[in-house]
Amino acid sequence: MKSLGIFRRSFAPWADPNAKPFISFRNVTKRFGDFTAVDNLSLDIFTREFFALLGGSGCGKSTLLRMLAGFEQPTSGEITLDGQSLAGIPPYRRPVNMMFQSYALFPHMTVEKNIAFGLKQDGMPKTEIAERVAQMLKLVKLESFAGRKPHQLSGGQRQRVALARSLAKRPKVLLLDEPLGALDKKLREETQFELMDLQYELGLTFVVVTHDQEEAMTMSDRIAVMSQGRVIQVATPAEIYEAPNSRFVAEFIGDVNMMEGRVALENGHSVLKTEDGVSVPLPEPLAEGREVALAVRPEKLKVSRAAPPEGANLYAVRGEIWDIAYFGDMTVFHVKLPSGKIVKASSLNATRGVEDPFGYDEQIWVSFEPQAGVVLKG
Amino acid sequence: MQNAISAVTRRLVILIPYGWLLFFFLIPFLIVLRISMSTTAVAMPPYTPVFDWTGGWESIRASLSQLSLDNYTWLAGDPLYFNAYISSLLIALVSTALTLLVAYPMAYGMAKAPTTIRPTLVMLVILPFWTSFLIRVYAWIGILKPEGLFNQFLLSLGLISEPLIILNTNWAIYIGIVYCYLPFMVLPLYSALEKMDHSLTEAALDLGCTPIQAFWRVTFPLSLPGVIAGCLLVFIPAVGEFVIPDLLGGSETLMIGRTLWNEFNGNRDWPVSSAVAVVLLLLLVIPIMLFQNAQARAERAEREGR
Repeated sequence: MKSLGIFRRSFAPWADPNAKPFISFRNVTKRFGDFTAVDNLSLDIFTREFFALLGGSGCGKSTLLRMLAGFEQPTSGEITLDGQSLAGIPPYRRPVNMMFQSYALFPHMTVEKNIAFGLKQDGMPKTEIAERVAQMLKLVKLESFAGRKPHQLSGGQRQRVALARSLAKRPKVLLLDEPLGALDKKLREETQFELMDLQYELGLTFVVVTHDQEEAMTMSDRIAVMSQGRVIQVATPAEIYEAPNSRFVAEFIGDVNMMEGRVALENGHSVLKTEDGVSVPLPEPLAEGREVALAVRPEKLKVSRAAPPEGANLYAVRGEIWDIAYFGDMTVFHVKLPSGKIVKASSLNATRGVEDPFGYDEQIWVSFEPQAGVVLKG
Repeated sequence: MQNAISAVTRRLVILIPYGWLLFFFLIPFLIVLRISMSTTAVAMPPYTPVFDWTGGWESIRASLSQLSLDNYTWLAGDPLYFNAYISSLLIALVSTALTLLVAYPMAYGMAKAPTTIRPTLVMLVILPFWTSFLIRVYAWIGILKPEGLFNQFLLSLGLISEPLIILNTNWAIYIGIVYCYLPFMVLPLYSALEKMDHSLTEAALDLGCTPIQAFWRVTFPLSLPGVIAGCLLVFIPAVGEFVIPDLLGGSETLMIGRTLWNEFNGNRDWPVSSAVAVVLLLLLVIPIMLFQNAQARAERAEREGR
């Protein structure tokens, strides 16, 4: 069987039916007055997993994280950690630590004191604290900044201090609330990989809240896409991208073309008849006349001047180039189909120059392989 | 041209506060200082020498040579003044501490209140200023006197069998000062607590602090600028307070404001009362200046250091 994505994953406890989840949400609901922030949600997170909660603002992802940290109590349902119920356990007795979105560094303490805060609170002997703090400073490469106060640090350095402080107590789970939100793009990309390396080296379970899909895709083992207090899909980044289970997920992650149409029967097989008269075979038999959509990612669409050869097992439509967006690494063509629908087709700019490039208003062919799309019934 | 104009306006803007300080603080202070170095006389004004500005440089120099520090030696020699200063400082210190104890929970509650009702709460704190200060102090006599409201309330509850003597004791002064100066403590505390990031408390809880430990290790240290500002705003006027000890305190209560008033109005001794005022000012200004200097130096060291 073809694997989704282009690399193999060796770590996949969620696929093992005997694996015991480390963190488990069971029918958790959280209401604030009339507003339901989290709606009857169940979710399992496994040990050593890098788990992302992804969604727009107000989707309940932060509330979920705050319930894990102990700042909010679920209205109903249960959260367990390592088999133990967390109900009624205050934040200061939970073996989890959180890295706050605002970093929440104590402004009256030096970097060193900030990192030592939790250790001192636990009554760890002084020499051990000093040792652990030095170790943490080395981990986040801030050895020479130990005596500085937070306001004397740059945004990226503060982020590292916050990370060091939340890791200092060696929590079983690290919760990260938009950990890279305040960093600029370059720094964010660097830090993503640092976080991944760190999580791997320390063997911790990370639960990260983010609204940035690229961040979630890059870093996490699995992503839970959330909307209105519910989890819409939990899967690996490749599954989320290549096999979204709903229109919401398909449209939330990346760009997508929705080929709408009706199911028809051709030669005894279910096919999708699109508005533009193309018939695409469906992988499973569906009721005739049913309206479904085929989600095809822009990079799976090909544009060409010549009509694709007969029998090439491609599905092709003629269209007109409506807009061209040049991004450097790739170019996205917005193509208007006969039905008036505009689809996006991206092509990688693998060479520096192109002979006779496409121009605006040019009549071209758009084609895709039958298995390039995902059928969405919802 | 534009720059020249903006430079002039910048100077002018600075000139206003400096001019204010010059005319309403420095010049009056120099007049008081000069009177404090004169001697009493049965005359109008009741002291000598009087500078004769028409007599030219010679007569001014003659007058200047008559000025002496005799009044200050007199103050140092008489234990009455020393005791009055000490007792004023002590009463002000106790009152400031009590005000802080009452004001902190109030300010904390206000800062934690929903944002919509905070302006109303601030308004309520300032509301007493809308009635006369004197009337409010007189009202406390009605409350604290032996047959007053407070004693009647306690008697009716059966908590005491005979009235407590509060009026004309130091306790009445403490109550009066705490009541009158409370807003000056609440407001700076509130503004320090209100702008504090709530996630700091959460971070402390997350790192293992109980709510009480989180308060003492994070919230309180971060509210210190507000605590210091509030304490100075209460302590400084409380040291020289005259009305409250005069109306609520007993006859044996020694406070420097009262001593000053007696010297000035009772004995009509302007030079000695001026000397009392100058010493009081130095007693307050010098430690505060030293304190602020030390703080500024610590801040600078922190900014430049490492």
